[in-house]
Amino acid sequence: MKLTPEQQAILDGERGEVPAKVMKTLVMYGETFGAETMVPVTGRLGHTVISFGINAMKPVYDLYDRLLEAGMEFRQPFTADPLPLDRNVPSNLLQDLVFRQFMYKQQGRYEDQLRRMGMTSDRDFTCACYFDQVGNIPEKGDVLSWAESSAVSYANSVLGARCNRNSGIIDVFGSAVGYVPCFGLLTDEGRRASWVVEVRTTRRPEAQLLGSAVGMKVMEDVPYIRGLDTWLGTELNADARAYLKDFGAAAASNGAVGLYHVEHLTPEAVEQGEGLILPDAQVYVVDDAELDRVRASYPVMWKDPDAEPKLCFIGCPHLTMEQLADWTKKLEQGLKETGREKVTVPTVFTTAPAVLEEFNRGPYSVRLRKTGVILSYICPLMYMNNPLSKKMPVITNSNKLRTYTSARYYTDGEVLDILTGKEAK
Amino acid sequence: MARTFQGRTVVPGRAQAPALVSHEGFNTLASYQMALMFGDKKVKCGDQNNRDIYKQPMFGVALCLPQTIGSTTGGMVFYTAGAMGKLPACMCFSKPIDSLAAAGVILADVWTDSHMPVVDSLGDEFLEYVRTGMTVTVSEDGTVTVE
Repeated sequence: MKLTPEQQAILDGERGEVPAKVMKTLVMYGETFGAETMVPVTGRLGHTVISFGINAMKPVYDLYDRLLEAGMEFRQPFTADPLPLDRNVPSNLLQDLVFRQFMYKQQGRYEDQLRRMGMTSDRDFTCACYFDQVGNIPEKGDVLSWAESSAVSYANSVLGARCNRNSGIIDVFGSAVGYVPCFGLLTDEGRRASWVVEVRTTRRPEAQLLGSAVGMKVMEDVPYIRGLDTWLGTELNADARAYLKDFGAAAASNGAVGLYHVEHLTPEAVEQGEGLILPDAQVYVVDDAELDRVRASYPVMWKDPDAEPKLCFIGCPHLTMEQLADWTKKLEQGLKETGREKVTVPTVFTTAPAVLEEFNRGPYSVRLRKTGVILSYICPLMYMNNPLSKKMPVITNSNKLRTYTSARYYTDGEVLDILTGKEAK
Repeated sequence: MARTFQGRTVVPGRAQAPALVSHEGFNTLASYQMALMFGDKKVKCGDQNNRDIYKQPMFGVALCLPQTIGSTTGGMVFYTAGAMGKLPACMCFSKPIDSLAAAGVILADVWTDSHMPVVDSLGDEFLEYVRTGMTVTVSEDGTVTVE
């Protein structure tokens, strides 16, 4: 790899042993993928996927202590993924004990480290850091050092920024030295599509189901999606952005998609059109039957598949303001139709702390709470990833949550019917 | 009968160990989470979706896999396993290594005392041939012998 004099100086240890090892890690990482240069991180803010002080990962916090104790300069402030704990979210005594005294014992230590390394604010814990209310919104063409897979997918695809699917720790390293190796999705060639996805459904496909189907098919490749503009239009308005947020999160977690192009809608597809498609691209047709097939392939991880759900999570990735308002209206209408006042299953909606603050100032907050729904800023994955929660029959509309936990996936409409008592689980 | 496969060295080194073969993508977080959380000395695989290696000990084996899948915390999981001395003896990827696994094995190599040779791009035939329990020998030049 050809390094600039400044990069070489860091690697040679002129700023100390620890920055040299950070640079060595990034250089080795880049060389593995044929990177020939390190390029400056140009995005205003970084974003780290590690937001949890989990006891099992203590060596990670020991590593961050080494960076801090060495006086490492962190060139770029950053936001972070959602926090793992919130007392508002239902949990039993045993769960409380396990969460606070055992699993997340490192949480206080880690949050302190984040502040010292350059976390922007205690309000900025969210997987959707690109929301207006949070303000970590990269410009088109910005080079990023992020890792959260759904945020990387959104930044690349919807905002036109450039970021690889990095791992946790690597994201902080890139923000710290201000350089990342140039390969993959940072290059023009790496952003071209090796798949064409033809959407031929008879109705607007469920975002998280279509994302799942595309992710499972193309894995880590870049898809160029035709036909979705029929359902989303050609303007990146709030509805389209929320749809793509959910679609991308599913494609990134059910597969490993870091970038997708939607014909006539996403910025590079609008600019370059079919020029983005590689000559030997494969074709994947998604129709109603294909979505049904994908849906039917999901294993049910509940011990008792006929159990009544004990908890429902909506908001993985975090909900937008518009989604919160939309769910509020639909729940009110559904409950009115079934003559109920409250949702039938304890339900948690999750969103960014800054969105939560704004939502709580508006008219929908009181109305949503009247339905019995609990609002939180946590990461549902963090809540679910332990042996106690694993045993709970949890339902969700998130295909990411389904993939990584025992939560059971239902479409938005099905969740609504369950919560309003129109349909037993 | 011994067969030799030529791969690309990602982390150089030599190792010999019994194979543990995952034909499906290896979900790093799901595989390691419980073992790291509960200090399992054998580091048994906790990924119930992986029929090949669920509940199989991962410590000290030659982990043979196509690529890793799952959460972007995957790299930090390998790093943590390295810091705790709980990595496999070596890793053999049939496909080019993915960015999350690469980050993890490099982090472990640079920042911990562990040393786990890693070879990738061994080809689909490698994964079709190798069976759990066979002896895998990894050489410095990326040659992998299975017998």
